[in-house]
Amino acid sequence: MATATADFDVRKNDSLGLRIQHLLHANPILGPLAVLLVAIIAFSIVNGRFFTATNLSLVLQQVTVIATLALGQTLIILTAGIDLSAGAIAVFSSILMATFCVDAGVTGVIALLLGFACGTAMGALNGFLVTRIKLPPFIVTLGTLTIFFSLNSVVSNSETVRGSDMPGIMTWTGDSIPIGNFRLTYGSIIMLLLFGFFFYALRSTAWGKHVYATGDDAEAARLAGIRTGRVLFSVYTVAGLLYAIGGWILIGRLASASPNVGVEYNLDSITAVVLGGTSLFGGRGAVIGTLIGALIVGVFRNGLQLAGVEVVWQGFAIGLLVLIAVSLDQWIRKVKT
Amino acid sequence: MSHAAPDRTPVLQAKGLVKKYGRVVAIDGSDLELYPGEILAVIGDNGAGKSSLIKALSGALVPDSGEIYLDGRQVQFRTPMDARSAGIETVYQTLAVAPGLDIADNLFLGREQRRAGPLGSVFRMLDRNHMRSEAKRHMSELGVATLQNIGQAVESLSGGQRQAVAVARSAAFGSKVVILDEPTAALGVKEGNRVLQLIRDVRDRGLPVILISHNMPHVFEIADRIHIQRLGRRATVITPKSHSMSEAVAIMTGAAEPPPPTA
Repeated sequence: MATATADFDVRKNDSLGLRIQHLLHANPILGPLAVLLVAIIAFSIVNGRFFTATNLSLVLQQVTVIATLALGQTLIILTAGIDLSAGAIAVFSSILMATFCVDAGVTGVIALLLGFACGTAMGALNGFLVTRIKLPPFIVTLGTLTIFFSLNSVVSNSETVRGSDMPGIMTWTGDSIPIGNFRLTYGSIIMLLLFGFFFYALRSTAWGKHVYATGDDAEAARLAGIRTGRVLFSVYTVAGLLYAIGGWILIGRLASASPNVGVEYNLDSITAVVLGGTSLFGGRGAVIGTLIGALIVGVFRNGLQLAGVEVVWQGFAIGLLVLIAVSLDQWIRKVKT
Repeated sequence: MSHAAPDRTPVLQAKGLVKKYGRVVAIDGSDLELYPGEILAVIGDNGAGKSSLIKALSGALVPDSGEIYLDGRQVQFRTPMDARSAGIETVYQTLAVAPGLDIADNLFLGREQRRAGPLGSVFRMLDRNHMRSEAKRHMSELGVATLQNIGQAVESLSGGQRQAVAVARSAAFGSKVVILDEPTAALGVKEGNRVLQLIRDVRDRGLPVILISHNMPHVFEIADRIHIQRLGRRATVITPKSHSMSEAVAIMTGAAEPPPPTA
């Protein structure tokens, strides 16, 4: 009790900066949330068209794929890993789904499930290389990124498959429920449900605790009796499935399956995770932050566009945001107790 | 202070353990006995084989030959989990805590408890309230009442408090033996003393403790018997009453001939 009171007294005398540092350390979600709100308010003032139901539903549609990939990326980054192959798995899965139903002629549902299975297998391959061959995740996914994109070109002949040639279920994720002028796509609903699911799994199941413990200090987790290899493998495999679901949502969004999109998705998914306050050093962060991070990317892209800023400068702004977010993470980690 | 009577069955016993790494002999036919209700300190110079001996007892290392008996029955540990499920809990020097998780999460790390009914079996939901109240009970049983908030992240605790969490975890789940590896090494005087008291509390609750330490004053303050490891085997066993600290150091370093066991 004495120490608690003492701590409290010390905190009162802290400078404003230190108090903010403590606040962010205790509630890492506050930073990203503040950035998102400030961005929304600023862009609404700059251009009246920004804060309309039509435009906001467009923003949500634009971030849905990135957010889904970023969800898988969050799981991996929580274990102190990184996945450079997220976008490649998503795009390759979408091409495989399209190929299964258009060229191989299987029904839509089967093609979809086969696509999910392939994405899961690609994630499992990453997991196998990380846990069994014990290669660094960066190197593993750099290699598989290149391999998946290459296979992607082989399978697709670098040709786009039109959505109208596919069974309805493949582009269903792009259909929407109108709520006034706001068009909520089924893809967005799936994405939000997935976030809800993993919010629960990370917070309220033993698996979630093990993911955090493994990312925090893998050796300590192992000594505490956690099978860290299994945890890592499960994370990469589940991420693969999430990327494949992202690929499905991508087909709906583009109304086609194209092998030539998604190069930027790898880095965008990492950007969303980092902006959401999840630490690249593992063990810290939450999926809600990632959702906010993805929305920040979407709001900036859309808002800057409406404000008449050229595309090239949008990238500049996002890059700047990432650097600020990582610096902030470093600063918060140095919190004194 | 329950001094071990020689006729009692040891809780944990090692006979002729050998472990070689290539040509390097880490343990060279070492014995060890731990009796009920005692604190057995294991001391030895660097390279005497104490950590290898302890690792063999906690399952972190598989000996090349020799036998280990728990309650008189022979056991074989292939992994730390084997030793743990047999009732031997080890607190490693590195503590094995997850800094970002809170005290309750850390206490139950690796053996989380799920909710009863479908919430637990289908949705795998953890019983957070139960684990928190259990954690609180364990911590206060060991007199670690200064930790008010069981939901506090372990990284916000001092070194001694973290040690207390690790010791509380081993005391809560160890049913036979608790092994502590250098529990006071990184601590200041005050915190070190608190941890010593914690170790006594564990012993007084009936769990025998093996304590590995370089800190002679701590060893002589708290141990019931002192196992001196030298050149890969047990040189002798003394008690804080039978020998002085400098005599123990002399035996440990080979400056003095090991006396016949006094305990």
